[in-house]
Amino acid sequence: MTDGMRRAAAVPPAAFSFGRIGAMILRYWYLLRGSWPRILELAYWPTMQMILWGFITLHFVSQSAWVAQAAGVLISAVLLWDVLFRGQLGLSLSFLEEAWSRNLGQLFVSPLRPSEWVVAMMTMSLIRTLIGVIPACLLALPLFGYSVFGIGLPLVAFFVNLIVCGWWIALIVVSLILRLGLGAESMAWLIVFLLAPISCIYYPLEVLPAAVQWLALSLPPAHVFEGMRAVLFDETFLVRHFFAAAGLNGLFMTISGLIFMWAFNDARRRGALLQQGE
Amino acid sequence: MNVIESGRDRHAIRVDGLTKSFGRVVAVDDVSFGVDAGSTVALLGANGAGKTTTLSMILGLLLPTGGTIEVLGCDMLGARHHALWRMNFSSPYVDLPQRLTVRENLSVYAKLYGVREPKARIATLAEELSLTAFLKRPTGRLSAGQKTRVALAKALINDPELLLLDEPTASLDPDTADWMRGYLEGYRARRRATIVLASHNMSEVERLCDDVLMMKQGRIVDRGSPMQLIAQYGRANLEEVFLHIARSDHAQAV
Repeated sequence: MTDGMRRAAAVPPAAFSFGRIGAMILRYWYLLRGSWPRILELAYWPTMQMILWGFITLHFVSQSAWVAQAAGVLISAVLLWDVLFRGQLGLSLSFLEEAWSRNLGQLFVSPLRPSEWVVAMMTMSLIRTLIGVIPACLLALPLFGYSVFGIGLPLVAFFVNLIVCGWWIALIVVSLILRLGLGAESMAWLIVFLLAPISCIYYPLEVLPAAVQWLALSLPPAHVFEGMRAVLFDETFLVRHFFAAAGLNGLFMTISGLIFMWAFNDARRRGALLQQGE
Repeated sequence: MNVIESGRDRHAIRVDGLTKSFGRVVAVDDVSFGVDAGSTVALLGANGAGKTTTLSMILGLLLPTGGTIEVLGCDMLGARHHALWRMNFSSPYVDLPQRLTVRENLSVYAKLYGVREPKARIATLAEELSLTAFLKRPTGRLSAGQKTRVALAKALINDPELLLLDEPTASLDPDTADWMRGYLEGYRARRRATIVLASHNMSEVERLCDDVLMMKQGRIVDRGSPMQLIAQYGRANLEEVFLHIARSDHAQAV
Protein backbone atom coordinates (compact mmCIF):
# COMPACT_ATOMS: atom_id res chain seq x y z
CA MET A 1 0.00 0.00 0.00
CA THR A 2 1.41 3.40 -0.93
CA ASP A 3 1.71 6.28 1.46
CA GLY A 4 -0.93 8.10 -0.55
CA MET A 5 -3.41 5.24 -0.16
CA ARG A 6 -2.86 5.11 3.62
CA ARG A 7 -3.66 8.77 4.01
CA ALA A 8 -6.55 8.92 1.55
CA ALA A 9 -9.81 10.40 2.83
CA ALA A 10 -11.83 8.01 0.68
CA VAL A 11 -12.24 4.25 0.89
CA PRO A 12 -11.45 1.87 -2.02
CA PRO A 13 -14.53 1.32 -4.17
CA ALA A 14 -16.49 -1.93 -4.19
CA ALA A 15 -17.41 -3.45 -7.54
CA PHE A 16 -21.06 -2.56 -6.89
CA SER A 17 -21.87 -0.02 -4.21
CA PHE A 18 -25.23 0.77 -2.65
CA GLY A 19 -23.49 3.83 -1.17
CA ARG A 20 -22.91 5.26 -4.64
CA ILE A 21 -26.47 4.35 -5.67
CA GLY A 22 -27.65 6.19 -2.54
CA ALA A 23 -25.51 9.17 -3.53
CA MET A 24 -27.22 9.39 -6.89
CA ILE A 25 -30.69 8.98 -5.39
CA LEU A 26 -29.77 11.77 -2.98
CA ARG A 27 -28.69 13.94 -5.90
CA TYR A 28 -32.11 13.55 -7.63
CA TRP A 29 -33.98 13.86 -4.34
CA TYR A 30 -32.23 17.17 -3.57
CA LEU A 31 -33.35 18.42 -6.96
CA LEU A 32 -36.93 17.23 -6.49
CA ARG A 33 -37.42 18.53 -2.96
CA GLY A 34 -35.94 21.88 -3.89
CA SER A 35 -38.82 22.68 -6.22
CA TRP A 36 -42.44 22.30 -5.10
CA PRO A 37 -43.74 22.91 -8.65
CA ARG A 38 -41.85 19.75 -9.69
CA ILE A 39 -43.54 17.69 -6.97
CA LEU A 40 -46.93 19.20 -7.82
CA GLU A 41 -46.39 18.49 -11.52
CA LEU A 42 -45.78 14.80 -10.74
CA ALA A 43 -49.25 14.45 -9.21
CA TYR A 44 -51.01 16.93 -11.51
CA TRP A 45 -51.40 14.88 -14.70
CA PRO A 46 -52.38 11.56 -13.10
CA THR A 47 -54.99 13.37 -11.02
CA MET A 48 -56.39 15.28 -13.99
CA GLN A 49 -56.51 12.12 -16.07
CA MET A 50 -58.25 10.23 -13.29
CA ILE A 51 -60.88 12.98 -12.89
CA LEU A 52 -61.48 13.14 -16.65
CA TRP A 53 -61.86 9.36 -17.03
CA GLY A 54 -63.91 9.22 -13.85
CA PHE A 55 -66.56 11.48 -15.37
CA ILE A 56 -66.41 9.58 -18.68
CA THR A 57 -66.98 6.41 -16.64
CA LEU A 58 -70.01 7.96 -14.91
CA HIS A 59 -71.47 8.68 -18.32
CA PHE A 60 -70.60 5.29 -19.83
CA VAL A 61 -71.95 3.31 -16.90
CA SER A 62 -75.45 4.34 -17.96
CA GLN A 63 -74.74 4.08 -21.69
CA SER A 64 -72.46 1.05 -22.05
CA ALA A 65 -73.19 -2.43 -20.84
CA TRP A 66 -69.46 -3.24 -21.11
CA VAL A 67 -68.35 -0.46 -18.74
CA ALA A 68 -71.36 -1.09 -16.48
CA GLN A 69 -69.99 -4.61 -15.78
CA ALA A 70 -66.98 -3.07 -14.02
CA ALA A 71 -67.31 0.63 -13.30
CA GLY A 72 -63.65 1.04 -12.35
CA VAL A 73 -62.22 -0.40 -15.57
CA LEU A 74 -61.44 2.95 -17.19
CA ILE A 75 -60.11 4.59 -14.01
CA SER A 76 -57.91 1.56 -13.30
CA ALA A 77 -56.71 1.60 -16.89
CA VAL A 78 -55.75 5.26 -16.85
CA LEU A 79 -53.95 4.94 -13.50
CA LEU A 80 -52.03 1.85 -14.58
CA TRP A 81 -51.14 3.46 -17.91
CA ASP A 82 -49.73 6.34 -15.92
CA VAL A 83 -47.51 3.91 -14.03
CA LEU A 84 -45.90 2.93 -17.33
CA PHE A 85 -45.69 6.53 -18.57
CA ARG A 86 -44.37 7.95 -15.27
CA GLY A 87 -41.98 5.02 -14.87
CA GLN A 88 -40.47 5.69 -18.27
CA LEU A 89 -40.45 9.47 -17.89
CA GLY A 90 -39.02 9.27 -14.37
CA LEU A 91 -35.91 7.41 -15.51
CA SER A 92 -35.52 9.47 -18.69
CA LEU A 93 -35.78 12.74 -16.74
CA SER A 94 -33.07 11.69 -14.29
CA PHE A 95 -30.77 11.16 -17.25
CA LEU A 96 -31.84 14.43 -18.85
CA GLU A 97 -31.13 16.31 -15.62
CA GLU A 98 -27.50 15.19 -15.91
CA ALA A 99 -27.30 16.06 -19.59
CA TRP A 100 -28.93 19.48 -19.14
CA SER A 101 -26.59 20.33 -16.26
CA ARG A 102 -23.52 19.02 -18.17
CA ASN A 103 -22.73 16.84 -15.19
CA LEU A 104 -22.02 13.54 -16.97
CA GLY A 105 -18.31 14.31 -17.22
CA GLN A 106 -18.10 14.89 -13.46
CA LEU A 107 -20.08 11.74 -12.66
CA PHE A 108 -18.01 9.38 -14.75
CA VAL A 109 -14.63 10.51 -13.52
CA SER A 110 -15.91 9.44 -10.10
CA PRO A 111 -16.04 5.73 -9.13
CA LEU A 112 -19.72 5.62 -10.16
CA ARG A 113 -20.44 2.71 -12.50
CA PRO A 114 -23.10 2.85 -15.24
CA SER A 115 -25.00 -0.06 -13.64
CA GLU A 116 -25.18 1.81 -10.31
CA TRP A 117 -26.39 4.91 -12.08
CA VAL A 118 -29.15 2.93 -13.83
CA VAL A 119 -30.28 1.39 -10.52
CA ALA A 120 -30.39 4.88 -8.96
CA MET A 121 -32.44 6.21 -11.87
CA MET A 122 -34.84 3.26 -11.59
CA THR A 123 -35.27 3.90 -7.87
CA MET A 124 -35.93 7.56 -8.52
CA SER A 125 -38.42 6.63 -11.22
CA LEU A 126 -40.26 4.46 -8.68
CA ILE A 127 -40.34 7.36 -6.18
CA ARG A 128 -41.57 9.82 -8.81
CA THR A 129 -44.25 7.36 -9.99
CA LEU A 130 -45.54 6.75 -6.47
CA ILE A 131 -45.63 10.49 -5.73
CA GLY A 132 -47.59 10.98 -8.96
CA VAL A 133 -50.04 8.09 -8.90
CA ILE A 134 -50.89 7.52 -5.22
CA PRO A 135 -52.67 10.89 -4.70
CA ALA A 136 -54.79 10.23 -7.81
CA CYS A 137 -55.65 6.72 -6.54
CA LEU A 138 -56.67 8.10 -3.17
CA LEU A 139 -58.69 10.92 -4.70
CA ALA A 140 -60.70 8.47 -6.82
CA LEU A 141 -62.31 7.12 -3.66
CA PRO A 142 -64.16 10.25 -2.48
CA LEU A 143 -64.75 11.55 -6.01
CA PHE A 144 -66.07 8.40 -7.71
CA GLY A 145 -66.40 5.88 -4.90
CA TYR A 146 -63.80 3.65 -6.57
CA SER A 147 -60.65 2.19 -5.04
CA VAL A 148 -58.04 0.84 -7.41
CA PHE A 149 -56.59 -0.97 -4.41
CA GLY A 150 -59.70 -3.18 -4.57
CA ILE A 151 -57.91 -5.08 -7.35
CA GLY A 152 -55.87 -6.62 -4.53
CA LEU A 153 -52.58 -8.46 -4.94
CA PRO A 154 -52.79 -8.61 -8.74
CA LEU A 155 -52.38 -4.82 -8.63
CA VAL A 156 -48.80 -5.36 -7.43
CA ALA A 157 -48.13 -7.69 -10.37
CA PHE A 158 -49.61 -5.16 -12.82
CA PHE A 159 -47.65 -2.28 -11.22
CA VAL A 160 -44.32 -4.12 -11.30
CA ASN A 161 -44.74 -5.26 -14.89
CA LEU A 162 -45.71 -1.79 -16.10
CA ILE A 163 -42.95 0.11 -14.29
CA VAL A 164 -40.33 -2.37 -15.49
CA CYS A 165 -41.72 -1.91 -19.01
CA GLY A 166 -41.33 1.86 -18.50
CA TRP A 167 -37.71 1.34 -17.43
CA TRP A 168 -36.60 -0.63 -20.47
CA ILE A 169 -38.32 1.84 -22.77
CA ALA A 170 -36.50 4.64 -20.91
CA LEU A 171 -33.14 2.88 -21.34
CA ILE A 172 -33.77 2.87 -25.09
CA VAL A 173 -34.63 6.60 -24.93
CA VAL A 174 -31.44 7.30 -22.93
CA SER A 175 -29.42 5.30 -25.46
CA LEU A 176 -30.93 7.30 -28.32
CA ILE A 177 -30.08 10.59 -26.61
CA LEU A 178 -26.54 9.40 -25.87
CA ARG A 179 -26.17 8.56 -29.55
CA LEU A 180 -28.04 11.48 -31.13
CA GLY A 181 -27.63 14.23 -28.52
CA LEU A 182 -30.22 16.37 -26.77
CA GLY A 183 -31.96 17.00 -30.09
CA ALA A 184 -33.65 13.65 -29.43
CA GLU A 185 -34.87 14.56 -25.92
CA SER A 186 -38.51 14.88 -27.04
CA MET A 187 -38.43 11.08 -27.39
CA ALA A 188 -38.69 10.97 -23.59
CA TRP A 189 -42.21 12.39 -23.80
CA LEU A 190 -43.33 10.84 -27.07
CA ILE A 191 -42.06 7.28 -27.32
CA VAL A 192 -44.55 5.68 -24.91
CA PHE A 193 -47.46 6.92 -26.99
CA LEU A 194 -46.18 4.85 -29.91
CA LEU A 195 -47.15 1.82 -27.83
CA ALA A 196 -50.49 3.18 -26.61
CA PRO A 197 -52.68 2.00 -29.53
CA ILE A 198 -51.42 -1.58 -29.24
CA SER A 199 -51.34 -1.63 -25.44
CA CYS A 200 -55.13 -2.21 -25.27
CA ILE A 201 -55.40 0.20 -22.34
CA TYR A 202 -59.09 1.10 -22.68
CA TYR A 203 -60.36 -1.66 -24.97
CA PRO A 204 -59.93 -5.42 -25.22
CA LEU A 205 -57.40 -7.08 -27.51
CA GLU A 206 -60.13 -8.30 -29.89
CA VAL A 207 -60.81 -4.70 -30.94
CA LEU A 208 -57.48 -4.63 -32.75
CA PRO A 209 -57.26 -6.03 -36.29
CA ALA A 210 -56.16 -9.68 -36.20
CA ALA A 211 -52.94 -8.78 -37.99
CA VAL A 212 -51.98 -6.37 -35.22
CA GLN A 213 -52.96 -8.55 -32.26
CA TRP A 214 -49.72 -10.57 -32.43
CA LEU A 215 -47.77 -7.32 -32.27
CA ALA A 216 -49.75 -6.23 -29.19
CA LEU A 217 -49.10 -9.58 -27.51
CA SER A 218 -45.40 -9.35 -28.21
CA LEU A 219 -45.17 -6.43 -25.77
CA PRO A 220 -45.93 -6.53 -22.01
CA PRO A 221 -48.61 -3.79 -21.65
CA ALA A 222 -51.34 -5.62 -23.60
CA HIS A 223 -50.91 -8.63 -21.31
CA VAL A 224 -51.18 -6.41 -18.22
CA PHE A 225 -54.34 -4.64 -19.38
CA GLU A 226 -55.95 -7.90 -20.52
CA GLY A 227 -55.12 -9.30 -17.06
CA MET A 228 -56.54 -6.22 -15.37
CA ARG A 229 -59.85 -6.57 -17.21
CA ALA A 230 -60.01 -10.27 -16.32
CA VAL A 231 -59.67 -9.35 -12.64
CA LEU A 232 -62.25 -6.57 -12.84
CA PHE A 233 -64.81 -8.35 -15.04
CA ASP A 234 -64.38 -12.00 -14.07
CA GLU A 235 -62.49 -11.75 -10.78
CA THR A 236 -59.88 -14.04 -12.33
CA PHE A 237 -56.12 -13.54 -12.27
CA LEU A 238 -54.83 -14.88 -15.58
CA VAL A 239 -51.45 -16.36 -14.75
CA ARG A 240 -50.56 -16.81 -18.43
CA HIS A 241 -50.78 -13.06 -19.03
CA PHE A 242 -48.70 -12.36 -15.93
CA PHE A 243 -45.93 -14.72 -16.97
CA ALA A 244 -46.04 -13.52 -20.56
CA ALA A 245 -45.63 -9.91 -19.41
CA ALA A 246 -42.87 -10.81 -16.94
CA GLY A 247 -41.02 -12.92 -19.51
CA LEU A 248 -41.24 -10.22 -22.18
CA ASN A 249 -40.06 -7.61 -19.67
CA GLY A 250 -37.08 -9.80 -18.80
CA LEU A 251 -36.23 -10.19 -22.47
CA PHE A 252 -36.62 -6.51 -23.35
CA MET A 253 -34.82 -5.35 -20.19
CA THR A 254 -31.84 -7.50 -21.17
CA ILE A 255 -31.86 -6.17 -24.72
CA SER A 256 -32.26 -2.54 -23.65
CA GLY A 257 -29.52 -2.98 -21.02
CA LEU A 258 -27.17 -4.19 -23.74
CA ILE A 259 -28.21 -1.30 -26.00
CA PHE A 260 -27.57 1.15 -23.15
CA MET A 261 -24.09 -0.25 -22.47
CA TRP A 262 -23.29 -0.09 -26.17
CA ALA A 263 -24.53 3.54 -26.34
CA PHE A 264 -22.57 4.45 -23.19
CA ASN A 265 -19.32 3.00 -24.50
CA ASP A 266 -19.99 4.55 -27.89
CA ALA A 267 -20.40 7.92 -26.11
CA ARG A 268 -17.01 7.33 -24.47
CA ARG A 269 -15.51 6.59 -27.89
CA ARG A 270 -16.95 9.82 -29.34
CA GLY A 271 -16.29 12.01 -26.30
CA ALA A 272 -20.03 12.63 -25.92
CA LEU A 273 -19.98 12.36 -22.12
CA LEU A 274 -18.13 15.67 -22.06
CA GLN A 275 -20.17 17.28 -24.79
CA GLN A 276 -23.71 16.51 -23.64
CA GLY A 277 -25.49 19.75 -22.81
CA GLU A 278 -27.68 22.46 -24.20
CA MET B 1 6.49 7.93 -31.73
CA ASN B 2 7.92 10.08 -28.94
CA VAL B 3 8.72 8.27 -25.71
CA ILE B 4 10.00 9.98 -22.63
CA GLU B 5 11.24 7.27 -20.34
CA SER B 6 12.05 7.25 -16.69
CA GLY B 7 11.77 4.78 -13.81
CA ARG B 8 8.42 2.98 -13.85
CA ASP B 9 7.81 3.12 -10.10
CA ARG B 10 7.90 6.88 -9.81
CA HIS B 11 5.25 7.46 -12.47
CA ALA B 12 1.79 8.58 -11.42
CA ILE B 13 0.79 8.52 -15.10
CA ARG B 14 2.32 6.52 -17.89
CA VAL B 15 0.99 6.90 -21.43
CA ASP B 16 2.30 4.86 -24.31
CA GLY B 17 1.46 5.26 -27.99
CA LEU B 18 -1.74 7.13 -27.19
CA THR B 19 -3.76 7.91 -30.28
CA LYS B 20 -7.25 9.29 -30.79
CA SER B 21 -8.92 9.72 -34.14
CA PHE B 22 -12.35 11.14 -34.88
CA GLY B 23 -13.00 9.81 -38.35
CA ARG B 24 -10.12 11.11 -40.48
CA VAL B 25 -9.10 13.73 -37.92
CA VAL B 26 -6.23 12.60 -35.70
CA ALA B 27 -6.65 14.59 -32.46
CA VAL B 28 -3.85 12.85 -30.54
CA ASP B 29 -1.11 11.18 -32.54
CA ASP B 30 0.97 8.40 -31.00
CA VAL B 31 1.86 10.25 -27.80
CA SER B 32 3.95 8.70 -25.03
CA PHE B 33 5.02 10.26 -21.76
CA GLY B 34 5.30 9.68 -18.06
CA VAL B 35 4.40 12.00 -15.18
CA ASP B 36 6.45 11.63 -12.02
CA ALA B 37 4.53 11.17 -8.78
CA GLY B 38 4.49 14.37 -6.78
CA SER B 39 5.26 16.63 -9.73
CA THR B 40 3.15 19.34 -11.36
CA VAL B 41 3.05 19.02 -15.12
CA ALA B 42 1.44 21.27 -17.69
CA LEU B 43 0.03 20.34 -21.06
CA LEU B 44 0.52 23.39 -23.25
CA GLY B 45 -0.59 24.01 -26.76
CA ALA B 46 -2.83 26.12 -28.94
CA ASN B 47 -6.54 25.42 -29.21
CA GLY B 48 -7.03 22.05 -30.88
CA ALA B 49 -3.52 20.84 -29.99
CA GLY B 50 -4.96 17.81 -28.19
CA LYS B 51 -4.63 18.83 -24.52
CA THR B 52 -8.24 18.30 -23.44
CA THR B 53 -8.47 15.14 -25.54
CA THR B 54 -5.38 13.77 -23.78
CA LEU B 55 -6.76 14.70 -20.34
CA SER B 56 -10.12 13.11 -21.19
CA MET B 57 -8.42 9.86 -22.18
CA ILE B 58 -6.33 9.82 -18.99
CA LEU B 59 -9.59 10.23 -17.04
CA GLY B 60 -11.29 7.47 -19.00
CA LEU B 61 -14.06 9.76 -20.28
CA LEU B 62 -12.81 9.22 -23.82
CA LEU B 63 -11.67 5.88 -25.18
CA PRO B 64 -8.44 6.02 -27.22
CA THR B 65 -8.15 4.63 -30.71
CA GLY B 66 -4.81 3.11 -29.72
CA GLY B 67 -2.19 3.00 -27.00
CA THR B 68 -2.16 2.35 -23.27
CA ILE B 69 -2.74 4.51 -20.19
CA GLU B 70 -1.58 3.58 -16.72
CA VAL B 71 -2.65 5.81 -13.82
CA LEU B 72 -1.47 5.20 -10.24
CA GLY B 73 -0.47 1.73 -11.35
CA CYS B 74 -3.89 0.89 -12.86
CA ASP B 75 -4.68 0.18 -16.49
CA MET B 76 -7.26 2.88 -17.33
CA LEU B 77 -8.70 0.87 -20.20
CA GLY B 78 -9.38 -2.25 -18.18
CA ALA B 79 -9.43 -1.33 -14.51
CA ARG B 80 -10.07 2.42 -14.25
CA HIS B 81 -12.29 2.03 -11.18
CA HIS B 82 -9.25 1.02 -9.14
CA ALA B 83 -7.71 4.43 -9.84
CA LEU B 84 -10.73 6.75 -9.99
CA TRP B 85 -11.25 6.99 -6.23
CA ARG B 86 -7.64 8.20 -5.81
CA MET B 87 -7.83 10.94 -8.45
CA ASN B 88 -10.13 13.82 -9.35
CA PHE B 89 -10.75 16.41 -11.99
CA SER B 90 -11.94 19.95 -12.47
CA SER B 91 -12.80 21.89 -15.59
CA PRO B 92 -14.68 25.11 -16.24
CA TYR B 93 -16.33 23.29 -19.16
CA VAL B 94 -17.92 20.55 -17.05
CA ASP B 95 -20.53 21.84 -14.62
CA LEU B 96 -21.95 20.76 -11.33
CA PRO B 97 -25.76 20.68 -11.03
CA GLN B 98 -26.73 24.35 -10.81
CA ARG B 99 -29.93 23.98 -8.77
CA LEU B 100 -28.29 21.99 -5.99
CA THR B 101 -26.72 23.99 -3.17
CA VAL B 102 -22.97 23.92 -2.72
CA ARG B 103 -23.34 21.65 0.31
CA GLU B 104 -25.68 19.27 -1.57
CA ASN B 105 -23.27 19.00 -4.49
CA LEU B 106 -20.31 18.35 -2.25
CA SER B 107 -22.32 15.81 -0.20
CA VAL B 108 -23.27 13.85 -3.32
CA TYR B 109 -19.68 13.72 -4.55
CA ALA B 110 -18.39 12.86 -1.09
CA LYS B 111 -20.68 9.81 -1.11
CA LEU B 112 -19.74 8.91 -4.68
CA TYR B 113 -16.06 8.89 -3.70
CA GLY B 114 -16.74 7.04 -0.47
CA VAL B 115 -15.31 9.83 1.71
CA ARG B 116 -15.05 8.56 5.28
CA GLU B 117 -16.22 11.65 7.17
CA PRO B 118 -18.05 13.72 4.58
CA LYS B 119 -19.38 16.46 6.87
CA ALA B 120 -15.96 17.13 8.37
CA ARG B 121 -14.32 17.02 4.95
CA ILE B 122 -16.84 19.48 3.48
CA ALA B 123 -16.41 21.81 6.47
CA THR B 124 -12.61 21.71 6.09
CA LEU B 125 -12.73 22.41 2.35
CA ALA B 126 -15.33 25.16 2.80
CA GLU B 127 -13.06 26.81 5.35
CA GLU B 128 -9.92 26.47 3.23
CA LEU B 129 -11.61 27.67 0.04
CA SER B 130 -13.65 30.43 1.70
CA LEU B 131 -16.95 28.77 0.82
CA THR B 132 -18.55 28.48 4.25
CA ALA B 133 -20.86 31.43 3.63
CA PHE B 134 -22.07 29.89 0.36
CA LEU B 135 -22.77 26.32 1.41
CA LYS B 136 -26.54 26.83 1.43
CA ARG B 137 -26.60 28.76 -1.84
CA PRO B 138 -27.58 27.11 -5.16
CA THR B 139 -24.43 26.58 -7.20
CA GLY B 140 -25.96 28.36 -10.20
CA ARG B 141 -26.27 31.60 -8.21
CA LEU B 142 -22.56 31.92 -7.51
CA SER B 143 -20.11 34.21 -9.28
CA ALA B 144 -17.57 32.72 -11.70
CA GLY B 145 -14.85 32.87 -9.05
CA GLN B 146 -17.05 31.22 -6.43
CA LYS B 147 -18.07 28.49 -8.90
CA THR B 148 -14.41 27.80 -9.66
CA ARG B 149 -13.71 27.41 -5.94
CA VAL B 150 -16.69 25.04 -5.61
CA ALA B 151 -15.40 23.02 -8.58
CA LEU B 152 -12.00 22.84 -6.86
CA ALA B 153 -13.67 21.77 -3.60
CA LYS B 154 -15.40 18.97 -5.51
CA ALA B 155 -12.07 18.02 -7.10
CA LEU B 156 -10.44 17.83 -3.66
CA ILE B 157 -13.31 16.10 -1.87
CA ASN B 158 -11.51 12.73 -1.85
CA ASP B 159 -8.11 14.24 -1.04
CA PRO B 160 -6.80 12.94 -4.39
CA GLU B 161 -3.26 11.77 -5.02
CA LEU B 162 -3.67 12.83 -8.63
CA LEU B 163 -5.44 16.02 -9.66
CA LEU B 164 -6.20 16.81 -13.29
CA LEU B 165 -7.16 20.41 -13.95
CA ASP B 166 -8.36 21.87 -17.22
CA GLU B 167 -7.68 25.64 -17.20
CA PRO B 168 -7.92 25.97 -13.41
CA THR B 169 -7.89 29.77 -13.38
CA ALA B 170 -9.95 30.48 -16.50
CA SER B 171 -12.44 33.34 -15.93
CA LEU B 172 -10.88 34.29 -12.59
CA ASP B 173 -9.75 37.82 -11.76
CA PRO B 174 -5.97 38.19 -11.16
CA ASP B 175 -6.35 38.29 -7.39
CA THR B 176 -8.49 35.13 -7.19
CA ALA B 177 -6.29 33.39 -9.77
CA ASP B 178 -3.20 34.17 -7.69
CA TRP B 179 -4.93 32.86 -4.57
CA MET B 180 -5.88 29.67 -6.46
CA ARG B 181 -2.27 29.07 -7.57
CA GLY B 182 -1.09 29.51 -4.02
CA TYR B 183 -3.68 27.03 -2.82
CA LEU B 184 -2.63 24.45 -5.41
CA GLU B 185 1.03 24.87 -4.45
CA GLY B 186 0.11 24.31 -0.82
CA TYR B 187 -2.06 21.28 -1.61
CA ARG B 188 0.67 19.64 -3.63
CA ALA B 189 3.25 20.19 -0.89
CA ARG B 190 0.92 19.01 1.88
CA ARG B 191 -0.50 15.97 0.06
CA ARG B 192 2.58 15.19 -2.04
CA ALA B 193 0.05 15.07 -4.85
CA THR B 194 0.62 14.91 -8.57
CA ILE B 195 -1.03 17.67 -10.56
CA VAL B 196 -1.54 17.73 -14.32
CA LEU B 197 -3.01 20.88 -15.74
CA ALA B 198 -3.91 22.22 -19.14
CA SER B 199 -3.58 25.96 -19.24
CA HIS B 200 -3.21 28.92 -21.55
CA ASN B 201 -1.76 31.05 -18.79
CA MET B 202 2.02 30.95 -19.19
CA SER B 203 2.90 32.79 -15.99
CA GLU B 204 0.76 30.26 -14.13
CA VAL B 205 2.65 27.40 -15.72
CA GLU B 206 6.02 29.02 -14.96
CA ARG B 207 5.02 29.40 -11.33
CA LEU B 208 3.38 26.01 -10.71
CA CYS B 209 4.97 23.47 -12.98
CA ASP B 210 8.14 21.37 -12.82
CA ASP B 211 7.61 20.05 -16.28
CA VAL B 212 5.90 21.20 -19.46
CA LEU B 213 4.65 19.06 -22.34
CA MET B 214 4.33 21.23 -25.43
CA MET B 215 1.63 19.88 -27.75
CA LYS B 216 0.98 20.74 -31.34
CA GLN B 217 -1.35 19.05 -33.80
CA GLY B 218 -1.89 16.13 -31.48
CA ARG B 219 1.81 15.44 -30.79
CA ILE B 220 4.25 16.33 -28.06
CA VAL B 221 6.78 18.55 -29.78
CA ASP B 222 8.93 19.41 -26.79
CA ARG B 223 9.29 18.79 -23.10
CA GLY B 224 11.21 20.29 -20.22
CA SER B 225 11.01 22.52 -17.20
CA PRO B 226 9.87 26.09 -17.91
CA MET B 227 13.41 27.37 -17.36
CA GLN B 228 14.90 24.70 -19.62
CA LEU B 229 12.49 25.52 -22.43
CA ILE B 230 13.07 29.27 -22.09
CA ALA B 231 16.84 28.72 -22.24
CA GLN B 232 16.62 26.16 -25.05
CA TYR B 233 14.64 28.49 -27.29
CA GLY B 234 16.58 31.62 -26.21
CA ARG B 235 13.41 33.48 -25.20
CA ALA B 236 12.54 35.80 -22.36
CA ASN B 237 9.66 33.79 -21.00
CA LEU B 238 7.44 30.77 -21.60
CA GLU B 239 4.84 32.77 -23.51
CA GLU B 240 7.44 33.56 -26.17
CA VAL B 241 8.41 29.90 -26.33
CA PHE B 242 4.74 29.00 -26.74
CA LEU B 243 4.30 31.54 -29.55
CA HIS B 244 7.44 30.32 -31.30
CA ILE B 245 6.29 26.71 -31.26
CA ALA B 246 2.67 27.52 -32.11
CA ARG B 247 3.71 29.62 -35.13
CA SER B 248 6.46 27.36 -36.44
CA ASP B 249 5.51 25.43 -39.55
CA HIS B 250 6.83 22.07 -38.59
CA ALA B 251 6.12 20.09 -35.46
CA GLN B 252 9.28 18.22 -34.61
CA ALA B 253 8.55 15.53 -32.10
CA VAL B 254 11.17 14.89 -29.44
